[in-house]
Amino acid sequence: MSTSLLFAVLLILSLGGYLLGRRRALGAAGGKITGLHSLPTFYGWYVVIWCGLPSLLLFGLWVAAEDSIVRVLVQNALPPEMLSLRADQLSLLMSNVRNVAYGLVPMDHADPQLRPIAEHYITLHQISTAALWVVALVLLIAGMLSGLRRISPEFRARNRVEQVAQWLLITASTLAVFTTIGIVLSLVFEAARFFAKINALEFLFGLTWSPQMAIRVDQVGSSGAFGAVPLFAGTLLIAAIAMIVAVPVGLMSAVYMAEYAPQNLRAWVKPALEVLAGIPTVVYGFFAALTVAPFVQQAGSALGLEVASQSALAAGLVMGIMIIPFVSSLSDDVINAVPQSLRDGSYGLGATQSETIRKVILPAALPGIAASVILAFSRALGETMIVVMAAGLAANITANPLAAVSTVTVHIAALLVGDQEFDSPKTLAAFALGLVLFIVTLALNIIALNIVKKYREQYD
Amino acid sequence: MQNGYSTSNAPVKMSARKVDVFYGDKQALKGIDLDVPARSVTALIGPSGCGKSTFLRSLNRMNDTVRGCRVQGEIKLDTLDVYDNSVDVVQLRARVGMVFQKPNPFPKSIYENVAYGPRIHGLAESREELDAIVEKSLKQAGLWKEVGDRLAEGGTGLSGGQQQRLCIARALAVSPEVILMDEPCSALDPIATAHIEELIDELREEYTIVIVTHSMQQAARVSQRTAFFHLGILVETGDTKTIFTNPSDERTQGYITGRFG
Repeated sequence: MSTSLLFAVLLILSLGGYLLGRRRALGAAGGKITGLHSLPTFYGWYVVIWCGLPSLLLFGLWVAAEDSIVRVLVQNALPPEMLSLRADQLSLLMSNVRNVAYGLVPMDHADPQLRPIAEHYITLHQISTAALWVVALVLLIAGMLSGLRRISPEFRARNRVEQVAQWLLITASTLAVFTTIGIVLSLVFEAARFFAKINALEFLFGLTWSPQMAIRVDQVGSSGAFGAVPLFAGTLLIAAIAMIVAVPVGLMSAVYMAEYAPQNLRAWVKPALEVLAGIPTVVYGFFAALTVAPFVQQAGSALGLEVASQSALAAGLVMGIMIIPFVSSLSDDVINAVPQSLRDGSYGLGATQSETIRKVILPAALPGIAASVILAFSRALGETMIVVMAAGLAANITANPLAAVSTVTVHIAALLVGDQEFDSPKTLAAFALGLVLFIVTLALNIIALNIVKKYREQYD
Repeated sequence: MQNGYSTSNAPVKMSARKVDVFYGDKQALKGIDLDVPARSVTALIGPSGCGKSTFLRSLNRMNDTVRGCRVQGEIKLDTLDVYDNSVDVVQLRARVGMVFQKPNPFPKSIYENVAYGPRIHGLAESREELDAIVEKSLKQAGLWKEVGDRLAEGGTGLSGGQQQRLCIARALAVSPEVILMDEPCSALDPIATAHIEELIDELREEYTIVIVTHSMQQAARVSQRTAFFHLGILVETGDTKTIFTNPSDERTQGYITGRFG
């Protein structure tokens, strides 16, 4: 009997608990709802919680833990000559056993030595499933009885159910937090392995980025240099170009939309601008590589300038267009949040609309606008695809926007693509770069959110 | 009446003839005829939604900023037709200033709040002149003693009553001829209200003031003339004393004695 069938049975029985709980509550009150403390549905849910929560929780834990427990049991029961194998050979052996046990390799094709072990594995697995059925059903019925026993007309089922609902909400809201913590920890641990091999100072301040490691001793020209400054410089250069495009355009369009645009135009233009934010960045990448980069190159050569076919300028321009909505949308919101009374005050003194915008509204909205710019900047730092396609992989230190540069994110992608050993510094460098990027963007986001928060308080 | 004289023979500063105001299809004011005498306080009273604020805002065309609002009829400031196409709204509002219901200082320093109007209208040639205007306006608004030594601090950090006087000072700084006040004390406590009322009484010597108020006592205390609005119609207008002691219309009588509104 499979575990998914058990899951369905548990759900159906819990539903039955709902009906029973309702019936019992109504019965206890002589069929009158007014005789009950809570509405009958709450008594139903109360019973569902009693039967569903413990049994489903057990079900989940069991399914999660079963495999590793069975494995340990099988491993301990291995014949002594197998137990003395090396750790990696043992783990290979165990995965062969599992393949047989799960039917990925037919039993009659299996290594005869493995057959008894696989059979032992299957037996244990079957025992475990049967035990789960028994324990889960007993738990469910015990819960149901215990829940039903507590029902009386005075029982405050509503309060109890709402308490459980609150716990459910708390669990949901902490889920994302724990996931984030998990991601951060994995970054930190991998980065720590990197820094155990490469000096952190060399990584942060070194001027040469050449992460090719020699795989064989006699290999030529792959020394491995992990100075990330060229990547940081390239990232900042491209992000700066992007901001030069995005801030004026985004801000001006926000002012137009918030202050000048008629209602019907605004209802049309604002979503259209926000569509820009929804275009996959790969598509921006095509645009950058196939349209903008050649254009920049031709324009440059027409002016007598030497432009690399993949230039920081092309990537920065397109990235700027991509982050316009980040600037304009949030700025538009903060400009709209400036109280109408301030506009009235300014108009009442005989100010024109543009004076009001320049001297009252923009200064009042400045913190929010600054926050939107910071958020856009952190978005620009983290952008990958456009730069991969338009700016190239050459890690140069230059302030020349016409040269090819590369960024942190591009190299993270490049380091993890292809055949790698997972413990070589080359691969681990990706995690170190990711950690730096994460810390920087996190700091920027925290600053921006704090500014927004202060700004909100000002007008509450 | 406390102020002791009637203004019925004073020259007319602003006048309205057959004024209709519409918000979209809805008519908010019907055929208003009203004279505002110079250098006196005219109070507009009436129950909520009667159109008194709408009328006030049509005097300096603040209604222009409201979508779908239309004004018909004639409103004159001295001889200027306020709604004539040739009128520059910006200049009109410099002559007819406004103080709002909720104090709305700009998020700038006290000095910059008051200097805002003179700056945009180019009223000061030099920093000294601007300083003088700011000082004079704050003194007129009775705020100089309290804030004269901290002009660089933010205007939003003042108390509610001080903020409202700052807004009055801001309006005075552009030397308007008429000041419109839209329930200027409704967000203030009684002490701050008393301050503002005294101030209004002093300002009457130089300025023409029109004030919308929900408080009948306030209208009686500060105004010389009172106009009673009801359901978009100007029911009755006259000397404040007459309106409050011997109104000719039953509805006025009913409102001021508290039977409705």
